[in-house]
Amino acid sequence: MTAFWVLSVILIASAIWTISARKPVYSVVALLLNFAALAATYLTLSAEFLAVMQIIVYSGAILVLFVFVIALLSSGVAPFAAGPNRLPKAITPAIFVVLAAFGFLYYALKSVTAASIGAAGQAVAPIGAVGTADVFGSVADFGRALFTVWLLPFEVTALILMVAVIGVVLLAGDRAPYVATPRRARQVEREMREAILRGGE
Amino acid sequence: MTVPIGDYVGLASVLFFIGVAGVLLRRNPLIMLMSIELMFNAANLLFVAFSRVWAANAGHVFAFLVITVAAAEAAIGLAIVVTVFRAEKNVDVDEVRSLRG
Repeated sequence: MTAFWVLSVILIASAIWTISARKPVYSVVALLLNFAALAATYLTLSAEFLAVMQIIVYSGAILVLFVFVIALLSSGVAPFAAGPNRLPKAITPAIFVVLAAFGFLYYALKSVTAASIGAAGQAVAPIGAVGTADVFGSVADFGRALFTVWLLPFEVTALILMVAVIGVVLLAGDRAPYVATPRRARQVEREMREAILRGGE
Repeated sequence: MTVPIGDYVGLASVLFFIGVAGVLLRRNPLIMLMSIELMFNAANLLFVAFSRVWAANAGHVFAFLVITVAAAEAAIGLAIVVTVFRAEKNVDVDEVRSLRG
């Protein structure tokens, strides 16, 4: 109970810091705090494997990618100048979003307070040794579900990652065909000239 | 361990709408992508919380798939940001107009 409220204060504060930080690097730091608090929340919900995945994938891979891109874009030029306030332009969708938020909150708190986590009558697995197959949320439990019942979605994950890799290489690779950088334009021009010369022989 | 599930729903919706506010209000595409990650994480929190309530680990598998999709999305989004920056020397979403019809 106490852990939940402490973690939710950390989660909300770091989320607000993420979207309000002046520089993107501070946003990354705030997001790191958010992900760590979320991993701790997963632990209180007895999702051990997901907590570890949260740390490894989000903090270890995605945030490092963000840091690399920030370093890449900030070198040489200053791309992030402070601009005009966007709030007047976004005020209409913002009002709709706030109304939807309060409606959702009202509905949620109104309808599902009856079901309580770990309350009497709920079938929650007993606390046992970590890693045992019949303990809810353990690695063995998760792995058995993932590789038996949910095998097809797991295989689709591989397809998604492969599409992402191909897309990233196509978009940001060195020989990206759809980007007209000056260097690429010069290279294409030289290749075309050489091809014309070869055709004349 | 007697936190009502409504509290988790409330926390997740607050986090989700903080992410929506970030996408709507910020002009920096990197911070917009981070806000999208916040929204993914709010959805994941709900998956894990309801999975705990019903003692069914299908929610854990769904959260795992969402983490995978978030990783792919972040990689492609950052590649698009880098590509736009290479072409335009500018990544402000209000200034980049070459993709508008």
